[in-house]
Amino acid sequence: MLLAIDTSAGTSVAMVDGDRTLAEAASADPRGHAEAIGVLIERVLRESGAVPDAVVAGMGPGPFTGLRVGIAAARAFAYARGIPVHGVCSHDGIAEGRTAPTLVVTDARRREVAWSVYRDGERVDGPHLASPEELPSVVEGYTALDRVDAVEVSAASLALVAARLLAAGRPTGPDQPLYLRAPDVTVPAGPKRVTG
Amino acid sequence: MAEPVGVSAPVGAPLVLGIETSCDETGVGIVRGDRLLANVIASSMDEHARYGGVVPEVAARAHLEALTPALDAALARAGIALPEVDAIAVTSGPGLAGALMVGVGAAKALAVALGKPLYAVNHLVGHVGADLLTSSDGDDGETGETGGPLELPAIALLVSGGHTSLLLVRSLTDDVELLGETVDDAAGEAFDKVARLLGLPYPGGPEIDRAAAGGDPAAIAFPRGLTAAKDQERHRYDFSFSGLKTAVARYVEAERDAGRPVPVADVAASFREAVVDVLTAKAIRACADHGIPRLLLGGGVVANARLRELATARATDAGVLLRIPPLALCTDNGAMIAAVAARLIAAGHAPSSLGVGADSTLPVTVVQA
Repeated sequence: MLLAIDTSAGTSVAMVDGDRTLAEAASADPRGHAEAIGVLIERVLRESGAVPDAVVAGMGPGPFTGLRVGIAAARAFAYARGIPVHGVCSHDGIAEGRTAPTLVVTDARRREVAWSVYRDGERVDGPHLASPEELPSVVEGYTALDRVDAVEVSAASLALVAARLLAAGRPTGPDQPLYLRAPDVTVPAGPKRVTG
Repeated sequence: MAEPVGVSAPVGAPLVLGIETSCDETGVGIVRGDRLLANVIASSMDEHARYGGVVPEVAARAHLEALTPALDAALARAGIALPEVDAIAVTSGPGLAGALMVGVGAAKALAVALGKPLYAVNHLVGHVGADLLTSSDGDDGETGETGGPLELPAIALLVSGGHTSLLLVRSLTDDVELLGETVDDAAGEAFDKVARLLGLPYPGGPEIDRAAAGGDPAAIAFPRGLTAAKDQERHRYDFSFSGLKTAVARYVEAERDAGRPVPVADVAASFREAVVDVLTAKAIRACADHGIPRLLLGGGVVANARLRELATARATDAGVLLRIPPLALCTDNGAMIAAVAARLIAAGHAPSSLGVGADSTLPVTVVQA
């Protein structure tokens, strides 16, 4: 029984048993993660009536501020219940169920996108950042891929990915957020003169 | 463990776990009523040092990684199991939005996972609540004159890298009034900026303190912001440190341009004196104006020895009772947030909505969001 949480796009929470989704709740608001997270987890727990034995966390890529809300919640929930937390790349949830060669593209802000390539249901490249214009040239075999531009990530799909990996005895991951970008900050030069 | 007489909380006092992530400190504290059981603080200060100030994204990333270990350490220190807590408290503002949201997200998940109520608490009121806490394990530094009932109303001066606020606290749970605040830089920020001017590392407070040793605080007449007669109507309790910082920069540049060595000790001492002079003068004046002979200090800048010294001297002269919590409770911490929540619970306040958001500009009049 998996409780899955993803805030890499909107806020999505699901309770999944094997390949059955018992409850799912989502908010598409790309900025309301902190507001939505508690309400959605509570609703999914109540509607499913289930007791999860692990938590699945969408680790991005996605806008950092929102992404962290879901990961913080997933880790805290798992900690409180004494159950493990399994990180999964959020793009994997988008590609879930697609067997054709697929290019997953999500917004990465700052005029960039995050992209991953899937073949036979496995991520074979990515996630990486690129400008939208350079995407066809940086993604190998671009024209032969089904391009999926996603604006939401389903926590239920993410749980299915995790369930399959766990059932096969394969590692989930990553454990750390997929920021793909260092904090935007420069080491300051000396103080500026205030006199002419 | 033997307990000192008088610090045991009454039976039934709420056991509260508080989370604080409003700036660069990840704090998890546990209290039973007014009694401090654990105060764990993980700081990302070192990661900000090379940038000369707190970088919000760096702070937020650090919170995410520090939270679960801090929870673990706090529960171990308190010697309790998480399901025993009666409520989860969290700072919902004011502070850095991205940093606050890490704590809010984690706190909500804890509350839901445990089936416990959530209390979203104002960070600044938390600093006042820090003064309530009594400790029995002696790991929080000076515990001598702290703790015990905080007599209200009281004036509170909160000074940190992010805030410089003067409050009138009539009730910790219901009635906190903002008398004044900085109109530009926070006092701690001014210390950081002046340290940079003098070529000293971050954080500036302790560096300025060290550099000022042996310096003459009257060597250079730096300006006291918003103390002129014309400012007393609109800005009687407000602060401004931007002009002071510029005055220090002008002075340092003039010395360097003239080919003279900058008298670092005198500059540091004179600058520091200008800051603590204004802070303490306005705080004592607020006490006098309102007929309230009680002043509470809070915030990380309270670590500054000269601030404590001048506040003590002026409070004594004015017949004002001065309260300074132990330093570990003056800097940002989760215990102070838990302390306020414990008082809210005792006063019969309902929990916060599970839909409460982080509010980077939460006004101090909103004790509970």
